[in-house]
Order: sequence, then structure tokens, then C-alpha cells
Amino acid sequence: MSVAVACVAGVRAALEAVRDPEIPILTIADLGILREVRVEDGRVHVVITPTYSGCPAMHAIEGDVRATLAAAGYADVVVETRLAPAWTTDWLTPAARRKLLEVGIAPPVEASSDKNVLRLHGAAVACPRCRSSDTELVSEFGSTACKALYRCRACLEPFDYFKCL
Amino acid sequence: MSDAHFTYVLRLGDNALVLGQRLSEWCGHSPFLEEDIAMANTALDLIGRARMLYSHAGRLEGRGRDEDALAYLRDEREFGNFLMCELPNGDYGFTLVRQYLLDVYHRHLYAALTESRDDELAAIAAKAVKEAAYHARRSGDWVLRLGDGTAESNARCQAALDELWGYTAELFTPDAVDSAMLEAGVAPDLATLRTRWEADVLARLAEAGLTVPADDWQAEGGRAGRHTEHMGRLLAELQFVQRAYPGQQW
Repeated sequence: MSVAVACVAGVRAALEAVRDPEIPILTIADLGILREVRVEDGRVHVVITPTYSGCPAMHAIEGDVRATLAAAGYADVVVETRLAPAWTTDWLTPAARRKLLEVGIAPPVEASSDKNVLRLHGAAVACPRCRSSDTELVSEFGSTACKALYRCRACLEPFDYFKCL
Repeated sequence: MSDAHFTYVLRLGDNALVLGQRLSEWCGHSPFLEEDIAMANTALDLIGRARMLYSHAGRLEGRGRDEDALAYLRDEREFGNFLMCELPNGDYGFTLVRQYLLDVYHRHLYAALTESRDDELAAIAAKAVKEAAYHARRSGDWVLRLGDGTAESNARCQAALDELWGYTAELFTPDAVDSAMLEAGVAPDLATLRTRWEADVLARLAEAGLTVPADDWQAEGGRAGRHTEHMGRLLAELQFVQRAYPGQQW
């Protein structure tokens, strides 16, 4: 293994510690926010992409990436923000979907190609607690910009839904 | 880079910032908690969009102005947003009817801008269009719910529509900047945009039991910097900290 490849693996391992500040069970790799790690001339480049244009967590994440890598001994780090291609919930890893369910957040139900997003209403969202699909939308926005608020008609519990984008 | 290119991107940013600022005024004042959160989140999306557009505009201009300089250090006459964005929020019906008219506009505008020859603008548009579609779904649901709701909610939405309709002409009237950008392949044709916008809006208004007002007056001038009396107050609040304490950071 070349030094650069070893370094990329090391950076990725270190970045496992960087969590989404609003959904701390997920790493930035789980969320698909971490797009690329590369090493050029001894300098580490970390490429991240915003989930939502106004996501207030982006600055915190950028700061966390720098702090985490500095603590792991990487002195020369550049954090780049890349807009294209635009982030989509399709980039959530299977591990991310499982973790969301475990903490009572319904993961996105469908592949969100642009056409799907533009459709008026999507498929039924299953309750993360009792698995019933007899649920209703309470609000298009939940506890964060990336979630909607639902209510289960079977177990009567409200829950967050990580919406498709 | 031409001045027209800078102005075009800057005005897109102005629409996003000024509308986002208006929506943020609802934070803590919406009728119920879920709506309060929805309103604040929509405002955040719009302000995030403004930041990306201003950063891009600043690079196009090439004079070292960043997003903050463009947002906080320009005067009223230098803002080129649509008048509709700066109007006071009114009641919740007024805010949502305005939001719907502009959300549908932005959804079709940014869908078209994903094909722009300006790659950075196309990348911003690819993000913005998804959010605009989501915003339009929510505001469109509310227009239906309130328009087709009680006599009171219908009357308020109709009054909002009557007051807003004359401001929609400005959304589709190209000026020299729009024409130059259309020519350059940066911006879409506003006539096509109007057809798409009308198809959505007229169908939803009919469904909601709202009557399309007559086209008997139009107010224009926002993009040329000629604003309503409300714009100065909005900017006074938006820009207060940077005006009072230049260069302050936290």
C-alpha cells in the first residue's frame, strides 16, 4: 500500500468520529455528506456536500472535520464544499437506515430521483415503532429541516420521518 | 463575465434573502408549533440559497465582495428583488398565498436553471429545485386547505390573492439583464416559465375555490431598485448589526 492510500484510509477511519450534530447516531459517511478524501502533495483534501441549502449543521461539521483531523495528527487539511451532484437521501448507507430505525426515525421510503421528489405525494411511511403503515403526515417539517413529522394511527405515537430529497 | 451576469445572479440572491427574512419573522409567532418549525425551516432554506447565490455573484463580480458584503452592505436601491418578496407578512393566509405563488415560480425557474451554461449556477439550481418543490408542496397544501376551508379562511385567502396578483406580472417581464442572460444561455425564457407557472397555479386556485383576480393593475420596479416603502424597514432590521458595528463577527 502506498503512503497516500494508507493516509486516505487513516483519514477515513478518523472521520468515523465525525457525527451529524443534529442526528449524532449517524456519521458524515453514513449520511453521504462525506464525498471524497484524497491526499495531494502531503495535503489532505476532504470534500463534503450540504444536505439542505440552509442546513445549520454544515459549519459545525466542517469545524468538526478540522478538529478531528488535527487531533489525529493531520496538520495540513483543506475542507472543500461541493454542490454538484446535489445531495440526495439515496446516499444514506444501509447502516444509516438501520440506525435511524433503531432510534425511532423512519428512514426515507423510496429512491428519490428528481421525478419522485417532484411528485405530489410519496409512498406510505411505516411507523418505526409498531411498523404499521397506517400513518399520517402532521407537518412537512419536523425537528430538523431534513425530517417531517408523522403520526401513527395504530399506536398513536408521533415520529420523525427522514424525508426523501 | 458581464455586468448582466453578476446582476442576474445577484437578483436571484436578493429574492431568496428578502423572502427568507420575511418568513423568519414568523419564528415564534406562527399559529402552532409545527407551522412555526416549517416556516423557520423554509426561511433557512431560502437564506442558504441566498448565501450560495451571493458567493457566486461576488466571484463573478471579482471585486472581493463576499456574501456578507452583498447582504449587509448594500442600500435599498441596490437590491433587485421582486416587490412581492418584501411585502409585510400580513395574516397567515397572505404569507402562504404569497409563498405558494413564489414557490411554484422558483420550482420551475430552478428546474430550468439546472440547464444553465453557468455551471456553478446550475449546481446551485440542482439543490434549490428539490427544496422549492418541497416548499411548493407544503404551501400548495395550505392554499387548498385554507381556500377550501371555512368562509373566513376562504375570504382571507381571496383578499390576499387580490392584493398579490398585481405583483405577479413583474415575475415574468424580462428586462435587458434577463434578455442578455437568455441570449447567453444562462437564464431561461420567462414566457415558457409563465406558461408552466400558470398551469400549476390556476389549477390549484380553482381547486381551492379561489377566483383569479382581473389583470387590472400591475406594480413593478423591484428589479430596478424601486421598492415599496416596506423595503427600507426590512433592511434596517436585517442590516442593523453590521451597520452599527462594522466588521463585527461572532
